[in-house]
Amino acid sequence: MGSTSSTLLKIPNVEELVQETGFSPAHIIRLYDRFKVLDKEGRGHLCPQDFGAIKELAMNPIRDRIISAFFSPGKETVDFNTFVRILAHFRPVDKDRPKDPNSPEPINSRSNKLKFAFQLYDQDKDGKISRDELLKVLRDMLGMQVTEEQLESIADRTIQEADLDRDDAISFEEFRKSLEKVNIDHKMSIRFLR
Amino acid sequence: MSNSTYLCLRAVFLVCFIHPLIQGLSADANVVQSPRHRLEPNLTGLPIVTFEWHHVQTPYLVIIWVFVAALAKLSVIELNHHVTSVIPESGMLIIVGFILGGMVWGADKAQTFKLLPATFFFYLLPQIILDASYFMPNKLFFSNLGAILIYAIFGTCWNAAAVGLSLWGCYEAGVMGNLDIGLLQFLLFGSLIAAVDPVAVIAVFEEVHVNEVLFILVFGESLLNDGVTVVLYNVFDAFVALGGPRIDATEIFKGIFSFVVVAFGGSFLGVAFAILLSLLTRCTKHIQIIEAGFVFVVGYLAYLTADMLSLSAILSITFCGVCCQKYVNANMDEKSVTTVRHAMKVLANGSETMIFLFLGITAVDTEIWVWNTGFILLTLLFMIVYRIIGVFLFTWLLNKFRLVPIEVIDQVVMSYGGLRGAVAYGLAAMLDKDKIPEKNLMISTTLIVVYFTVIIQGITMKPLVQWLKVKRAAHSDLKLVEKLNNRAFDHILAAVEDICGRIGDNWWTRGWNRFEEKYICRILMKPKARKNKDYLFNVFHKLNLEDAMNYVSEGERQGSLAFIRSDEAANIDFKKQYGSEFADVMPDIMVDMSNYEFGIENVSVTSIVKDTIPSISRNIHGQDRKNAVDDINAHHVLQQHLYRSRKHHRHKYSRSHFGINQSEDEVQEIFQRTMRSRLESFKSAKTGVNPAKKITKHHKKELTHQIPNGHPEGKDHLYGDEVDSAVGSETGAVNSTFMRDTYTSGAGIENPAFMPDMDSPIHSPPWLMETEMDMAVAPSQRAQRRLPWTPNRLRRLAPMRISTCSTDSFLMADVSLTLEEHEEQPQGDNEDIRPVFE
Repeated sequence: MGSTSSTLLKIPNVEELVQETGFSPAHIIRLYDRFKVLDKEGRGHLCPQDFGAIKELAMNPIRDRIISAFFSPGKETVDFNTFVRILAHFRPVDKDRPKDPNSPEPINSRSNKLKFAFQLYDQDKDGKISRDELLKVLRDMLGMQVTEEQLESIADRTIQEADLDRDDAISFEEFRKSLEKVNIDHKMSIRFLR
Repeated sequence: MSNSTYLCLRAVFLVCFIHPLIQGLSADANVVQSPRHRLEPNLTGLPIVTFEWHHVQTPYLVIIWVFVAALAKLSVIELNHHVTSVIPESGMLIIVGFILGGMVWGADKAQTFKLLPATFFFYLLPQIILDASYFMPNKLFFSNLGAILIYAIFGTCWNAAAVGLSLWGCYEAGVMGNLDIGLLQFLLFGSLIAAVDPVAVIAVFEEVHVNEVLFILVFGESLLNDGVTVVLYNVFDAFVALGGPRIDATEIFKGIFSFVVVAFGGSFLGVAFAILLSLLTRCTKHIQIIEAGFVFVVGYLAYLTADMLSLSAILSITFCGVCCQKYVNANMDEKSVTTVRHAMKVLANGSETMIFLFLGITAVDTEIWVWNTGFILLTLLFMIVYRIIGVFLFTWLLNKFRLVPIEVIDQVVMSYGGLRGAVAYGLAAMLDKDKIPEKNLMISTTLIVVYFTVIIQGITMKPLVQWLKVKRAAHSDLKLVEKLNNRAFDHILAAVEDICGRIGDNWWTRGWNRFEEKYICRILMKPKARKNKDYLFNVFHKLNLEDAMNYVSEGERQGSLAFIRSDEAANIDFKKQYGSEFADVMPDIMVDMSNYEFGIENVSVTSIVKDTIPSISRNIHGQDRKNAVDDINAHHVLQQHLYRSRKHHRHKYSRSHFGINQSEDEVQEIFQRTMRSRLESFKSAKTGVNPAKKITKHHKKELTHQIPNGHPEGKDHLYGDEVDSAVGSETGAVNSTFMRDTYTSGAGIENPAFMPDMDSPIHSPPWLMETEMDMAVAPSQRAQRRLPWTPNRLRRLAPMRISTCSTDSFLMADVSLTLEEHEEQPQGDNEDIRPVFE
């Protein structure tokens, strides 16, 4: 892995990144190694093809959505800092960390985790999950198991459940309300190796 | 060592078979076996009735005790709410047991009834374990399996060793006075007192409603560590039999090895039986009535086989239940699933009641009580202290690796939830008096420990949980949006793990899921069930069923559901209110309900719905048709091929069939008739000769027109085959496919109202005639609107009249219209088929 400090030196704005994401330097180094593996040509940034090359990912039904979540709109590449920032969504919420009311909301907060999930549905970025958008996700996830009509009914029903203002779409607020009882911290966190 | 396990087993068998179920009833075994010879030899005349107590004594006493136990449970539950909310049911039952035991003792001056280990291990325990494992929330269980195993294996070993060694140390220090116990006996005692008892844990924790992770940790541990204790017990029992000096390193090594073999062997045996069970239920399509029994029989077989091989029987039946549930529930008919569920609960609840009651009764016996203050109090103390230390120690280790650490409060509840129960007592009672002189002291200590944990800790558990503000189980309604998002979250996490390039929990789950889907399901599940098992869809379906139930009850509240059939306004409302999803429900009624979460209450809903469906809904208001032609096709085809099924109302008395269904013969008949008519029309098409049967002119025309133009016979055959298969499967069977179109399959119903129409050369629409005749069936709006039943349309449709019974899409929802007629038929309508083409 090389010496810790030398690897860290290669990463621009490390301290800021640590501060912002809550990852420890050890985490960052590990992620940096991974980043370099993914970045086969050593350009210092990743493009969608690099993600597409991860072969375990190929089986994931909503792969494309997740990959595109790494790229801000209009951009074709993602640099290391953004990469880490996106992954930081999935850090478990740390309880012992002192809560500073002045500091900005941490990336791994509940609502940020939810926002990440929400934007996977909301492909046209209008702040609402429309029926069509939901249907597409459903089609991806359920695949051949159910018929198209059943998919539609499921989509309708899902929207009915969450839709509070009866506009046949799920806004982020409605999305959050509908998942109030779900333990997002558990469901949207993974353990990062240090 | 293995010799002694054999001995132990043999003892168990001896106790089981030679001893009667309840002590003191050993007399008259031969009388029971030879009922013919029970008349007195010096009979002078023919007795009208005789009193044959000895003849029925054993089973009679058993059943009386079962009855008493049930009454005890009833009285405990119906008791004053202030009492029941304080004392858990298990504790109450023990107390009732004290009272009953006192009565018996007062009458007999000795305890004639007590819980024998053999009775307990062979007749009372298996169904409880099977029930617990069969309804285990699998996902939760397996995702916490690591923690559970750590607690169950290492925690139990730690407890056994620590309690045994500490007691021995205190004994050596002279606290207990003069006892005839050595180190090994202490360890043996430690091993039997170490295990948390699943029966007691379920009984107490079910009333407390702690959060699911905490519950699964305590419960899973209690379930698995029983296996571990029994193994430990056997090993130490063997050591005791061997005697101190002869135990060397090899023997100890062999002990450890046997521990591993017994525990894992038992588990694998259980998995093997689970596979057997799943395979069995795959091919019980035609004997659905007994398939529910397989679950119990095979489960019990797993238990006994493991015991025979001196493997861990409890682990065997546990893994049998845990592994088979998914496939068995998917394979079996929904009714059988319900049956299993209820029967299992009845059995498990019954034996749980018996166990606690007899734990109480057993205590009222002067014979077993040996008091040794030091021994008993120290056991209690060590048991509690080491449990707490063990839990905190292992949790501390586990928390280093857990994504969601186990909180301190949860740890407190876990350590306090270490309830001991009947397994410990059963093991203590199985001790060999010759090898362990202080057996009675051990039994009485075990009983004290059991009473203390079940009653005292049971009572204080609820206040403790409230006081500590332990996270309770969130009682939320099932929501599709939650389930959908959970699915999405799983995928997201998996993807992120892939991107991070680490092999984590999600990786393993995913890999396993894929493997299971690809291979295991293929082998163990019926193809049809495999198709329908998507969890999300099942949730959706279940929600719809609930809606349907509400709809029905609402309709019934308003008076009658007849409005569904006749009142247009109601129809429109109906569609608006429930949207398309309700229309969806009906055909899907037969969906396999397997993935539903455990809990009985859901089932009743579905089964009721299932019964209600035929009378209320025929999918009249289905979604918009794909095209209008289908609509007319359906009418047309039906008109041509209506068939009156002979209802067999045999379900009241038949032992093997619930369903009202046509027999195979009938199916054959439908098939043959369809084929015949097809053949005839084909013939007529070829030769131009009028067939003997009257087929309306239009059809002749169109057939001449169409059939030669490339509608190969092959196609007909294809449909013909389908007739067989579609009708052959019971309407209520799990395996009917999801598509709403299929609900109509194979109903084989003839609508007499359509009959006269067949002969009339002019095709006036059948529904008009109906209304004129004031039949109960009102045409749907849509149907009335679409009157153009013109010959040239018919011509287009002609080739469609292939089969009444196939599940083709052109048989769309409007079949419902005619199906209504079915309702109007007088019951017990056993007429022969009315040939349609005459």
